[in-house]
Amino acid sequence: MHGLALRAVQLFVNDCHGAAKWAKILNSAGFEFDEFEAMLDYEEEVAQKLLVAMTDVLERPASDILEDIGTYLVSHPNVEALRRLLRFGGVTFEEFLHSLDELPDRARLAVPDLVLPSIELREHSAVNFSIICQGNFEGFGHVLAGLLRTMADDYGALAFVEHGGGGQGAETLSVTLLEATFSEGRKFDLGAHVA
Amino acid sequence: MMMMSIPKQDTLDILCPMHVQVDATGHITHVGPTLRKVRPGKPWVGERVLEVLRIMRPREVMNMDELFRILGDKLHIELRDAPRTGLKGVAMPDGTGGVIVNLTFGISVLDAVRDFALSSADFAPTDLTVEMLYLVEAKSAAMEASRKLNLRLQGAKLAAEQQAVTDTLTGLKNRRAMDQALEKYVEMGRPFALMHIDLDYFKAVNDTYGHAAGDHVLLNVATIFRRMTRVGDIIARVGGDEFVVLMPGNTVKSNLTRTGQRIIDALEKPTDFKGETCRISGSIGTVIWNGRSDVNPETLMDDADVALYASKNAGRARQTFYDPKLRDST
Repeated sequence: MHGLALRAVQLFVNDCHGAAKWAKILNSAGFEFDEFEAMLDYEEEVAQKLLVAMTDVLERPASDILEDIGTYLVSHPNVEALRRLLRFGGVTFEEFLHSLDELPDRARLAVPDLVLPSIELREHSAVNFSIICQGNFEGFGHVLAGLLRTMADDYGALAFVEHGGGGQGAETLSVTLLEATFSEGRKFDLGAHVA
Repeated sequence: MMMMSIPKQDTLDILCPMHVQVDATGHITHVGPTLRKVRPGKPWVGERVLEVLRIMRPREVMNMDELFRILGDKLHIELRDAPRTGLKGVAMPDGTGGVIVNLTFGISVLDAVRDFALSSADFAPTDLTVEMLYLVEAKSAAMEASRKLNLRLQGAKLAAEQQAVTDTLTGLKNRRAMDQALEKYVEMGRPFALMHIDLDYFKAVNDTYGHAAGDHVLLNVATIFRRMTRVGDIIARVGGDEFVVLMPGNTVKSNLTRTGQRIIDALEKPTDFKGETCRISGSIGTVIWNGRSDVNPETLMDDADVALYASKNAGRARQTFYDPKLRDST
């Protein structure tokens, strides 16, 4: 698994649960290093071991933790860059949903060896969507659910996102867009980037 | 010639939100919505296009006739108002005697987006500007991550080098390790002899036969030291052709004299390197510490050094034991 993803998890634990928990998690997973390097590649099993250790130490089910990670990724100031990159996907939440198909390609454009699960958006009506994601990390759908809920807030849209379970490597999410402009949302200043 | 009509303004505003419509007299009749944001508070409509835009390339355009001569060419333009934003553009006839100039920010887009607070909606869906901005941000984030990794790796490498105690060529200890050992033995009050050996004529081998020959000789020298010393002795290469041997418990002068002589004899045996015969020798300065007197490890090293130079001055290829009188003579 790409170090960027694992490092994001590390930031999440440190920012939301504190450094002491992170140390406990590393210990529980049996890792002999302090942190993940964003630009290195790790064995696939590292992610699984990490998740098991997190459920043990944080005493919460994996699906909750993964959703929290999704929320964290697009709302915490320490990972603001990611939220900005996602906002480039569209001017409205609906447009953003339509840009999800190209998310793996966008990620690859930035970091050539970063492989994300494939994401497919199906539009059942103007307000009903389902999202099918397929990849080798089971549970990614929960991360995506947390991320989508938070992005809806970010756009000021009122949306209902539900993880519909999965099987055979695919996970399905249902998204109901109740109101496209429910609140003001967070500002996205195209030129605000500071390197 | 068939007269064409200008497409509806809505159509052009969506397709080209940064276009300017100019009539035959050079006055602006309409501008796209994004361009309006670029000169806030200015009317645009009714202004003379060449008083708003300075067309610099392919050549400076002073009047409409000159503009008509470069239709279809790539134009390099600058806004006459501050901050003199750079633009790229192309002008084509509108079919009714005027021209339509379509503009883009080109490479100045990063500044323009900031200066004029533009959003994704200000760019046509076919315009790759937003993708370009995405790429700039994504790449600089990735670059930053790589840079941090490089810094951390470099830090780790430096730390590892500082902790290293081995001379990479010979596998003997290095000066750092020797300093630590000296300090340790002095602290414990354990008697020892310290032998400082400098190779004679080694520079000539290096200069005559090259560094590969020099390295070969050094490896051979390292083997000699290992063979001529005891298991507990600490052997370090402390300079290009300088070695120090710390011999714990070995304080009998006659033993040390024999060991020194055996080392010199072994060093003087010629070694072959690719058909060339390399000849060196060695000068030795030795100091014996009884383990009792209060002494600074650095002083002991210096004493050994003084004895070594006495050997050199006396004609090389010999061993001298340190005596305070040696300091008086130099």
